[in-house]
Amino acid sequence: MPIPTTRISRRRVLRTTALGLVASASAVIGAPHRLRAQATPVKLGVLHPVSGALSLNGQQGRLGATIAIEEINAAGGIKALNGARIEPMLGDAQSTPDGGNAEVEKMNAASVAAIVGGYASAICLAASQTAARYDLPYVVDVGVTDLIVTRGLKNTFRFGPGYGVIAKTAIDNLVTINDQAGKPARTAMIVHEDSAFGAGLAKLLNEQLPQRGFQVIETISHPTPTRDFNTVVLKIRAQNPDLVIPANYYNEYVLLARAMQQQRVRPKGIYSVLGGAASSYKFVKEFPEAAQYIMDCNHWFDPRNPKAIALKKKVEDRGAFFTYEVFMNYSCVLLLADALERAASAERAKLISALATSSFSGHVMPYGPTRFVNGQNQGAAPVNTQVLDNDIKVIFPEAFASAKPVFPIPRA
Amino acid sequence: MLSPDILFAAVLNGLLMGALYALVALGLTLIYGVLHIINFAHGALLAAAMFAAFFAHRLLGLDPYVAAVILTPAFFALGYALQRFLIGPAAHGEDRNYLLITLGLAVVIENALLFAFRADTRTIDLPYAFQVIEVGPALLAVPRVVALAVTMAVAFGLWLFMRWSDTGKAIRAVAREKLGAELSGIEVAHIYAITFGIGTACLAIAACLLIPTYYVNPRAGDAFVLIAFTIVVLGGMGSVTGALVGGLVVGVVESLCGLMLGESLGQVGIFAVFILTLLMRPTGLFGARA
Amino acid sequence: MRGAAPILLPVALLAIVPVLTASNAVLNFLVAALLMALVGQGWNLLGGYGGQYSFGHAAFFGTGAYATAILQVRYGVNAWLAFVAGTLAAALLGTIIGALCFRSGLKGSYFALITLAFAEVLRIVASVAPITGAGVGLLIRLDLRPEAFQFQSRAPFYWIVLALLAVSLAAVRMIESSRFGAWLIAVRENEDAASALGVDVMRIKIAAMTVSAAITGAGGCFYAQYFLFIDAGIAYGPWISVEALVAPIIGGIGTVLGPLYGALAVKTLGELTKLLAGDAPGLDLVVYGSLLIAVVAFAPRGIAGTLLDWRERLRGRRAIAATGERSHG
Repeated sequence: MPIPTTRISRRRVLRTTALGLVASASAVIGAPHRLRAQATPVKLGVLHPVSGALSLNGQQGRLGATIAIEEINAAGGIKALNGARIEPMLGDAQSTPDGGNAEVEKMNAASVAAIVGGYASAICLAASQTAARYDLPYVVDVGVTDLIVTRGLKNTFRFGPGYGVIAKTAIDNLVTINDQAGKPARTAMIVHEDSAFGAGLAKLLNEQLPQRGFQVIETISHPTPTRDFNTVVLKIRAQNPDLVIPANYYNEYVLLARAMQQQRVRPKGIYSVLGGAASSYKFVKEFPEAAQYIMDCNHWFDPRNPKAIALKKKVEDRGAFFTYEVFMNYSCVLLLADALERAASAERAKLISALATSSFSGHVMPYGPTRFVNGQNQGAAPVNTQVLDNDIKVIFPEAFASAKPVFPIPRA
Repeated sequence: MLSPDILFAAVLNGLLMGALYALVALGLTLIYGVLHIINFAHGALLAAAMFAAFFAHRLLGLDPYVAAVILTPAFFALGYALQRFLIGPAAHGEDRNYLLITLGLAVVIENALLFAFRADTRTIDLPYAFQVIEVGPALLAVPRVVALAVTMAVAFGLWLFMRWSDTGKAIRAVAREKLGAELSGIEVAHIYAITFGIGTACLAIAACLLIPTYYVNPRAGDAFVLIAFTIVVLGGMGSVTGALVGGLVVGVVESLCGLMLGESLGQVGIFAVFILTLLMRPTGLFGARA
Repeated sequence: MRGAAPILLPVALLAIVPVLTASNAVLNFLVAALLMALVGQGWNLLGGYGGQYSFGHAAFFGTGAYATAILQVRYGVNAWLAFVAGTLAAALLGTIIGALCFRSGLKGSYFALITLAFAEVLRIVASVAPITGAGVGLLIRLDLRPEAFQFQSRAPFYWIVLALLAVSLAAVRMIESSRFGAWLIAVRENEDAASALGVDVMRIKIAAMTVSAAITGAGGCFYAQYFLFIDAGIAYGPWISVEALVAPIIGGIGTVLGPLYGALAVKTLGELTKLLAGDAPGLDLVVYGSLLIAVVAFAPRGIAGTLLDWRERLRGRRAIAATGERSHG
């Protein structure tokens, strides 16, 4: 598709100017004897692919970020900057790296203090690189490719885990779950989508699973979109692995799960890694039968954190599903707000230092306080969930668990 | 791995998927055969039809197979109007303009759907969606079997229509020799529009057949376009029989290649068929001799 | 439009833009537009002048991009050499595909569809082959030195893509006024007649495809250097095949400056629609698509064609006015 590039929202600029005028007017009227420093709003770039192939993920990401900004502003803004409000500058990456790039240029020209988002690995790579030219802090919301944090860019920070950590955690947890159940599973088949995240994960899984005592019978790569999974399921049925390990996006996951249900393929366990639907409330709601017992190792919020529960309710009240893009972006914005507070400045260099030394616990993820090394948050890790009783429960690590894993899947 | 059981099931699966592809290709081949335009908007129109089928179920409680009865004429009218009042006039008869216009139309439709319905994937849960028919070692989904039957009926019906009805003959006349047809009194713009309408009507039927086992979002139609083109080429542009046979063949090729090469690389099989057909027999299996 | 002036003027105007503005947003926008013009110029040679519409120019763009990236990432080749090699690789692919297609006598829509198929095959293969990084893609290491064909500021990139475009403009102009160009246009107008007159139709078409592929391939190499990351969908995806043909058709097919006008118009259109439509996802593209249709409906010969029409009409009016004066005076 021809790709239109950039945009400035004139309405927003006008609105902010009007707000700014009102704010300064009321300040002067309210405190005629004090010359208070004006609390100029802090502009924050919020970049997501809200149109194009990734529009759903992008829209969810934007939702999480904007809710966080609303909450921060409602609570009085950035205290260290005299209650400065955060003013979002929404950008549409249009699901392409050049789209993301162009938005970053626009955001930089509009003097944003930092940018959060990107979602897709390719977009995050391009956007963070462009931001690096201007020493503009860039917080990656999801993008899991490890290439993001191995380029030596000082401005780029990733709050969530990369697929190196994800793969390792997934396998560690799988081994534990398997051991606890008496080692019923020995063989596995991997079904992954063929772009950055699926292929990258599959490669790591293929390297590490054999080392931990699992035999990978076959690894099946499929494109996004895939129209039909019956052939894939035929192969699964023929080779009868103990475990099926899917790593793909929502639509394909749904088709795969439905095909498995249809063809009566019931492995001992479906252990998805970054499964598109395996830990999705939407999937559980729409396909309760196919979703039962599926395990996932994925981004998940801290179920014991009341802030997370409150956010969940808020999002669901708005009629949206509480997906990982929402709570990860929410957390990233809170992280940035914390950095603003600690830096007591919206200056980019100071923000970067603040982020680099940040030790932030006010997020809703089960990561512990943040600690960035080379831009990667060290505590970031996925958790294991399982669909039980038509709900998604955390089953691992035990510190956050609310249910015990059911494995192998009980035969009906 | 390549045991007879699996091969058998894969071939059957391929036939079932191929039927759906064939139905999508039917519309495309007619539009190409008569108007000589490659309709870039085909995928977007399919997505629109799928949304229509979805909302017919969601808002009116209509089973997709019942909804097809209403949607088919509705989409015929839509296609007719699009060609008669938008595409035809805007193109000024130039091929390259048709290209850009159908491209523009695809962008408009897809993004209008995105704007109106957001990007969420929607599905319908129907009681018979998970039922299967056992044929030997193969488990075939009921909706897919129904799709095969309906596709063959539609293809047959269309073939009869093209062969025996006056309009059908007029369409074939225009396809073969536009000027001559015009001189004989056939109103070409009307025929073009009817053909386009038939194309979109086929999409409506395909959408209703697809939705029990698939999902809907603004981009859902895109996945079927390239494969539809392959079938049009393989079957012969403008040939109804060609679209049906081509569809079934491509479905089986896809299934077997997917079995042997994996889903990603297996797609190459489809394009290999495409390229080889074009290089060795461009008019396709049933196309008119050039 | 004879002579070099019509080319020199826009190029010179564009060249001073970085001097006039330091806005990286503007430069980035123009780089995207010029890149689209470059890629489109390649298509224009084959499609506009040669009459062979390709739907798969992504094949050349992607080959240029991947060749450049692979040579640097896997074999440590110097970036500038890799650029040249990438362009040549694309050209070679052009010759091969051209030979395959034209020897089989493929024309018109058949040709268009087979180029589409080739691009798709390459995309699929690139998404699974280890050498292209398969699904993960290729990342060229960030190394902001001119020797590595990477620059701290946007301006050098801008001038380079402008230079590439200028070269392509000059090349097409030269072809246009050469015998090769005449043969090419003859082939476009009526292949059989051209053949009867002794034109080696096949060789001409293959040659045109080779040069076309080289130009678009150079665009691909540039893309890789500018963004430093490519994967199968970016390199060989339908988006670039579409960009390649939209620019020349909108701008005026078969004219030297057509792709440039078209690229600037399309990109500007994109900007405007975003401005008008605001934040709602998809709405800006609805407006964009509608405007695209409108442009085609009301300016079917593209921008260059419409400009020529106006000029003719103006000349016609002046001529009539002149005769009017003479007859009255």
